[in-house]
Amino acid sequence: MATTTTTVPGAGPVAGSRSFLSRLREGDEIARMITFLFAASVVLVTVLLVFELWQGSALARHKFGFNFFLTSVWDPIFEQFGALPFIYGTLVTAAVSLLIAVPLGIGAAIFLAELAPARVSDTLEFFIDLLAAVPSVIYGVLGIFIVVPLMRQYVQPALKHSFGFLPLFQGPVYGIGFLTAGIVLAIMVIPYIISVSREVLLSVPREQREAALSLGATRWESTWKVVVPFARAGIFGSIFLALARALGETMAVTMVIGNTPKISASLLSPGYSIAAVIANEFTEATGELHTQSLIELGLVLFLLTFILNGLARLLIVATSQRGSGMGHV
Amino acid sequence: MRRIAGLSLVVLAVAGVLWADSTLSINGAGATFPYPMYSKWFDEYHKKNANIAINYQSIGSGGGIKQVTEGTVDFGATDGPMNDEQLKAYQDKHGFGILHFPTVLGADVPAYNIPGVTAELNFTQDAIAGIFLGKITKWNDPAIADPNKGVALPSNDIVVVHRSEGSGTTYIWTDYLSKVSDEWKTKVGKGASVNWPVGLGAKGNEAVAGTIKNTPNAFGYVELIYAIQNNMPYGRVRNSAGAFIKADLASVTAAAAGAAKNMPDDFRVSITDAPGKTAFPIASFTWLLIPQKFSDPAKRDAIKGFVKWMLADGQNYTEALSYAKLPKEVVAKETKALNNIQ
Repeated sequence: MATTTTTVPGAGPVAGSRSFLSRLREGDEIARMITFLFAASVVLVTVLLVFELWQGSALARHKFGFNFFLTSVWDPIFEQFGALPFIYGTLVTAAVSLLIAVPLGIGAAIFLAELAPARVSDTLEFFIDLLAAVPSVIYGVLGIFIVVPLMRQYVQPALKHSFGFLPLFQGPVYGIGFLTAGIVLAIMVIPYIISVSREVLLSVPREQREAALSLGATRWESTWKVVVPFARAGIFGSIFLALARALGETMAVTMVIGNTPKISASLLSPGYSIAAVIANEFTEATGELHTQSLIELGLVLFLLTFILNGLARLLIVATSQRGSGMGHV
Repeated sequence: MRRIAGLSLVVLAVAGVLWADSTLSINGAGATFPYPMYSKWFDEYHKKNANIAINYQSIGSGGGIKQVTEGTVDFGATDGPMNDEQLKAYQDKHGFGILHFPTVLGADVPAYNIPGVTAELNFTQDAIAGIFLGKITKWNDPAIADPNKGVALPSNDIVVVHRSEGSGTTYIWTDYLSKVSDEWKTKVGKGASVNWPVGLGAKGNEAVAGTIKNTPNAFGYVELIYAIQNNMPYGRVRNSAGAFIKADLASVTAAAAGAAKNMPDDFRVSITDAPGKTAFPIASFTWLLIPQKFSDPAKRDAIKGFVKWMLADGQNYTEALSYAKLPKEVVAKETKALNNIQ
């Protein structure tokens, strides 16, 4: 993601040396303008989005101010709205999902790119792409009918039994909740991580591997110490793609998280996420303040994504400066 | 390829012009609960009147009220009546009012999953309110056990399940709770979404039913239609006359008949906790929202024609889809009220 650069070295001066008219005639200028418009539309859509969210939430912003982020009562009848439980739920479920999906996803990608025979790798890639294309409501249904009963009957009682002394695994066992939502999200984002990471690993130049092997490294050493670090930026990219999906996922989360706006240290307890509450309440929100508070939640989700993406970029920059020649991957 | 595309565009354009010429299309939006009924009605009405096509988007009651107020649709539909503030907003924007027309009736039933209990349980008003307020937490609490003598209720904790998304079903349920419990009224109130004191939220009737079925000791509410169509077991509820009533189409219509005597002229009436010995207490009308004035007389006549048909022949389609019919008194009153649309 972060590694692709759009400028082609040398194209600039050559283009500049011809007259505007001749470039227009040859189609270069038209192509440039059209593609520029397409690129600009992305920025335009983002700006419009923020503008609309900002405008649409004016009433709620003035009424609650900064307290919107700090209070945890969500009461449509008495018109008290606080975003904290939703922010908490969004971050916790995304974190749980990445904790599960990152090691699994990257491990699988390394196997497929480096160790598996090409035929196995391509066949599995087909299935992974298939998984990535499954609509999220399907994952939600699988969550309700398969993951939730498994969690209630086996996983959660076991966790409570073994780790019940930790606040993370206390309270009644419902089957739904933060942990279940995180697991379903993990299942959903793993294909993204595998698919993108595999491509990135496959694109690492052969010379890198050969050089490592010729220095006496084992196959695994060359993979782990040379190929993976070389592809690090791209792998991070796949993780951020997964994070973005996890933060914004709506249907599957709302079906298994319990939809209860409460902050609780236990991963077994029910919670709520920003995207889920917007989807749940927007259509039937009759009060103006209720609607506007939901729009403000949209703004909060946008900010959250923005901040996390910014942090992610910083992380890439920080690691690539220390790293071994990966700035130009 | 390009020629085919061009040709089909021309065909589409011509068809569009012809279509627009011959058919009057009317747009409505709102409540999801009566959607199966409405789409059946609009379909049947179109068969009888080929020149009128009514399109309905089931975007939710809140959305229906908003869109009809904005004037983007010709009529709206809602599960909870518009409040005074919303009516005033409509009046201020358009210079004339908007009318409520009840179409069919719906009800909520209490469903549960108690391991080892197959009996049809009786629930008092206090039991239901207590469970949803989080004050009654065990199945063998005397408030639940007393009206169910002979049923061995366990001492397990009750898991409350409610709808997570804003819905007419929730509106009916919380409207009922507000009537039978002062504490509910002051602490929580009624609405399409509320700040639930306890419980898990599940999205849609299906998910509420699924969660109840999958969670031992669960208690929640689903629409009557949903419970009937899926053969879900559900309990009886004590009504204001003191009788434990099982919800069915007859007991729901009875609730409406009990309320019909005091039906206000604008039809904005809540029939939860209705009087009448056989009335099921957790029921409600669902309404069409029709502006009082139309600038296009053809549209006005078409909508009036539809409502007239819906009140007469249309009511015969309701029970096949498990909706309860309007009582005769209400039909007569609505037919009269149609004259207020100009």
